[in-house]
Amino acid sequence: MALYSDKVMDHFRNPRNVGQIEDADGVGEVGNAKCGDIMRMYLKVDENQVITDVKFNTFGCGSAIATSSMATELIKGKTVQEALELSNKAVVEALDGLPAHKLHCSVLAEQAVRAAVKDYYDRNGIAYDPEDFKDMDEDELHEHVGH
Amino acid sequence: MFVYADNAATTCVSKTALDAMLPFLTTGYGNPSSLYSFGQKAQEALQEARVTIARCLNAEPRDIYFTSGGSEADNQAIVSAARLGARKGKKHLISTKFEHHAVLHTLSRLEKEGFEVTLLDVHEDGVVRLEELEAAIREDTALVSVMFANNEIGTVQPIAEIGALCREKKIPFHCDAVQAAGHMPIDVKAMNIDLLAISGHKFHAPKGVGALYARKGIVLTNLIEGGAQERGKRAGTENVAGIAAMAAALQESCEHMEENTAKILPMRDRLFEELSKIPHSKINGSLEHHVPGTVNMCFEGIEGESMLLLLDDAGICASSGSACTSGSLDPSHVLLSLGIPHEVAHGSLRLSIGEYNTMEEIEHIVKTVPAVVNYLRGMSPVWDELEKGQRKHLI
Repeated sequence: MALYSDKVMDHFRNPRNVGQIEDADGVGEVGNAKCGDIMRMYLKVDENQVITDVKFNTFGCGSAIATSSMATELIKGKTVQEALELSNKAVVEALDGLPAHKLHCSVLAEQAVRAAVKDYYDRNGIAYDPEDFKDMDEDELHEHVGH
Repeated sequence: MFVYADNAATTCVSKTALDAMLPFLTTGYGNPSSLYSFGQKAQEALQEARVTIARCLNAEPRDIYFTSGGSEADNQAIVSAARLGARKGKKHLISTKFEHHAVLHTLSRLEKEGFEVTLLDVHEDGVVRLEELEAAIREDTALVSVMFANNEIGTVQPIAEIGALCREKKIPFHCDAVQAAGHMPIDVKAMNIDLLAISGHKFHAPKGVGALYARKGIVLTNLIEGGAQERGKRAGTENVAGIAAMAAALQESCEHMEENTAKILPMRDRLFEELSKIPHSKINGSLEHHVPGTVNMCFEGIEGESMLLLLDDAGICASSGSACTSGSLDPSHVLLSLGIPHEVAHGSLRLSIGEYNTMEEIEHIVKTVPAVVNYLRGMSPVWDELEKGQRKHLI
């Protein structure tokens, strides 16, 4: 389908790391059903703060599923600090681009990772600057990408 | 297996239509406005097509105007009625919440020009209530515009009753019959329709050709200025081949309407029967008042676009009213007008079948859709919450 790149379609058709982690160290969920996309990200983090496993559940369109899948691939094996640096741009580039009206999916993927890391910090009493995790609701997300 | 199940979007060109158009693309390419006989032959073809189309709608040939399609016909019908009304100081327009955008956007533009627009509710079943229309009619109502059949959910409106009421109140009645023409009987005289839009490619003619019926006495406003084609109401050299094809296709569809309906209904019913077995699914719109071929359902916990992509991988062409397929943030205005919640409307699927489909294809659909729904539910956090009772089922 010409709407999406081959990479997007590959990650949509064969999403990596789909599922849940029962004893996750951090879980993040962003988006809302009303707007048509929700992403939930599960992290398993070792004592060196390395993400050893990551799984996702996504309700959404093809690009929502593909960006979730790509985001999990990009952070697996990285430290949580490195995961926080994952930008939506990096996700888009790794997917060989997204149509303009689908860019918000990549923002959602970035936010899902951040939400999961924040949950990991909260559970383990690790201090962080709350400014780094300003909660962004769906409306702000969409504004953020110029809708 | 390739299954085309999006006939409400467009249809294949029938052999009859293709045969009717080819001569005007090859040997008989004259301009109908030319004086010489080579051009006049094309003019004769236009006249024949006008007669044929008029006969299919029980209209007078002189009241048929060829257009580029349904959207243009809707635009011209509404703008014309609005201008006629405004001349008498009438600037109130009535339509429904789930019209096609060709109607709704034209009304919005007129609203910005100072017209007042009332959009009638279509209720949970997708059918306009006559008494609500009657209550909405005012002294200054210039137009009532109600579609014959809805393009997304396929519900049919009480057109004859609306026509009778409008005639009694002396208000022009426009009907967007794009989804009905060739599929359901239309009689503009018996139904008291003053303006009616049809589109060729919805009944096996090519894209880019349509017609507007405007009853004698309804003066049309030009949207396109130029030559004197279409009795001076629609400039531009006529799409002779397309028009000839549209006439042939409409005639064929009307002549075989009962036979086609008899073929389509069991296939449609099979789709409803099997897909309704999917838990937490819902049929959208009344089945009592329905065009033969349209099936519209919602499946909770999943999103329509990903469903379409997976169906496409299985060779099935379908459509959805999800936000992601509309290119906006809101799901289809049609589904929302039925009171369907946003989160449910995102999971909608429209399958629209025609006489060219086969029961074998339907079996492929009823095997594929449940598998796709299950697969997507398996990775959906919404479905997870619904299953765990953390979120309330809405359907």
